[in-house]
Amino acid sequence: MDVLGNYKSVISARAADKDIQKKAQDGGIVTTLFAYALEEGIIDGAIVAGPSDEPWKPEPMVVTTKAELLAAAGTRYTISPNLQLIKEATRSYGLDRVGIVGTPCQVQATRKAQLYPIGMRDVDDKIALVLGIYCMENLSYQALEAIVEDHCNQKMESVKKMDIGKGKFTVYTERGAVSQMPLKYIHKYVQPGCHVCLDYVANLADISTGSVGSPDGWSTVFVRSNKGNAVWDGAMAAGLFETKDMEGVKPGLDLVKKLATEKITKNQKHVDERKSFGLKADGTPKALRNPYETP
Amino acid sequence: MELKEEKPVADKITIGELHLSGCTGCLVTLADNYEGLFKLLDDYADLVYALTLVDVRHVPEMDVCLVEGSCCLNDEISVEELKEARAKSAVLVAYGACAAYGNITRFCRGGQWNQPGQEAFVPISEVVDVDLYLPSCPPCPQAIRNIAVMAYLLLKGNDEQKALATAYLTPLMQLAQRGNEACGCDLMYDVINQGLCMGCGTCAGTCPVRAITMEYGKPNVNRDLCIKCGACYSQCPRSWFNFDVMNNYEGIIDAINGAMK
Ligand code: SF4
Ligand code: SF4
Ligand code: SF4
Repeated sequence: MDVLGNYKSVISARAADKDIQKKAQDGGIVTTLFAYALEEGIIDGAIVAGPSDEPWKPEPMVVTTKAELLAAAGTRYTISPNLQLIKEATRSYGLDRVGIVGTPCQVQATRKAQLYPIGMRDVDDKIALVLGIYCMENLSYQALEAIVEDHCNQKMESVKKMDIGKGKFTVYTERGAVSQMPLKYIHKYVQPGCHVCLDYVANLADISTGSVGSPDGWSTVFVRSNKGNAVWDGAMAAGLFETKDMEGVKPGLDLVKKLATEKITKNQKHVDERKSFGLKADGTPKALRNPYETP
Repeated sequence: MELKEEKPVADKITIGELHLSGCTGCLVTLADNYEGLFKLLDDYADLVYALTLVDVRHVPEMDVCLVEGSCCLNDEISVEELKEARAKSAVLVAYGACAAYGNITRFCRGGQWNQPGQEAFVPISEVVDVDLYLPSCPPCPQAIRNIAVMAYLLLKGNDEQKALATAYLTPLMQLAQRGNEACGCDLMYDVINQGLCMGCGTCAGTCPVRAITMEYGKPNVNRDLCIKCGACYSQCPRSWFNFDVMNNYEGIIDAINGAMK
């Protein structure tokens, strides 16, 4: 498979709804699609990252209304274990058509849960819409805390906004302070599991999206599956998105492809290096476990 | 509705269920496919042996034998039947966590009314070679349905279908080679300790007894609650992830749905 996965179309888009544009960073694609799917009955609830009782620590939640969905919107800087609720959504919440959003690895987990539903009773056909978010790497909560509180010398609870861009990790506090950490220091904070990740743009999602490749405030959207295509066409017909031809936008699809290639090449190298990580008594290499070969 | 007994379709496969020390939840899981079970039995498989469902007293020859329950070494009949099932089946499946990993029967210390002398319960692979594992307690109806369809394609399909079925079943066969001990600890030993966990939450969502919570992005296992069913590890996308199958998820889901129509 190509580094960008199979897709039917790729578009630069943003939500037509100004509220969503303001609330959700980078185009509001996920929020708009879930809101549309909820209203149309394509899903009867969605698993998204919501706030928790600790500042900036995401917690998975099931939303069943547009208001709840909007309240949960926004970019998170650490992974929210959304798969934790995938069976629960069909049980305690009684959902028959579940929407879920996640990183590429979480989309992979969702497809594995559908194809090999080992501990996922009565879940496979209730997964109605899977949205993927591009992901280069991720941090643990403690890593984020170390960056904000140690490197940037700000309290987690006083941070209003975080931002990654132009080679810096920037935090903005409620009282107007701006602190930064050069992005090169972030490397040691990346969670180890991300170094074996071979997917950048959620190749297995129904629709995947991220800001890379499109101008500020816009997102690059891959429409992938038949299901994704139907939902996207419906949302377009309902006038929910402003779109631009991907050919015409800067920096364009080439950048997405470049970053995907870089990530996958680097991580494939890491996966390969694990094969000769250690040393056996007979002088031959000793391997670490490789999830892409055998359990 | 008219009920009529039809002759078995000639190219169906034969499946049986051998019941050892299990709670019958695995057998019920097969039936939990509801009309799907009838579809399987109409078109793909003859059920030739199963407690209460089939009136056959002695282990017959079969293509696929699903073994439910662990094997009690103190019970001669269990040991004999298990060995006979192995000898008479082409593919032997550890169907459910007790057969695969011992599961709750791992906690048996004997002394129970009315068989106080029965205390040695082992995963079936201690006694016979096992080809394929389907963990979890109970297993999922959709998982056994998928395996049944894939077993049919493997044994009766064209070359392309055989290749798909082989690719699909391979990780479950590798799981059978991996060993017969399971615990939530596997997430620590073989995922986190190996630098492979990325905090997706699947394990916590999978555990049938809710022994796993996500604490700061990693699974935390309450080992007193864990029944050693192996579901968390096998469901984890970092225990195995076979791109050759997963990349074709849409086609495979459509094919299975098509087969069950
Ligand atoms: S880099 Fe990969 S493994 Fe890490 S969070 Fe992103 S998608 Fe998951
Ligand atoms: S399912 Fe695997 S990768 Fe996901 S959180 Fe659990 S142990 Fe980590
Ligand atoms: S933690 Fe839960 S899913 Fe994992 S082996 Fe134990 S009981 Fe099974």
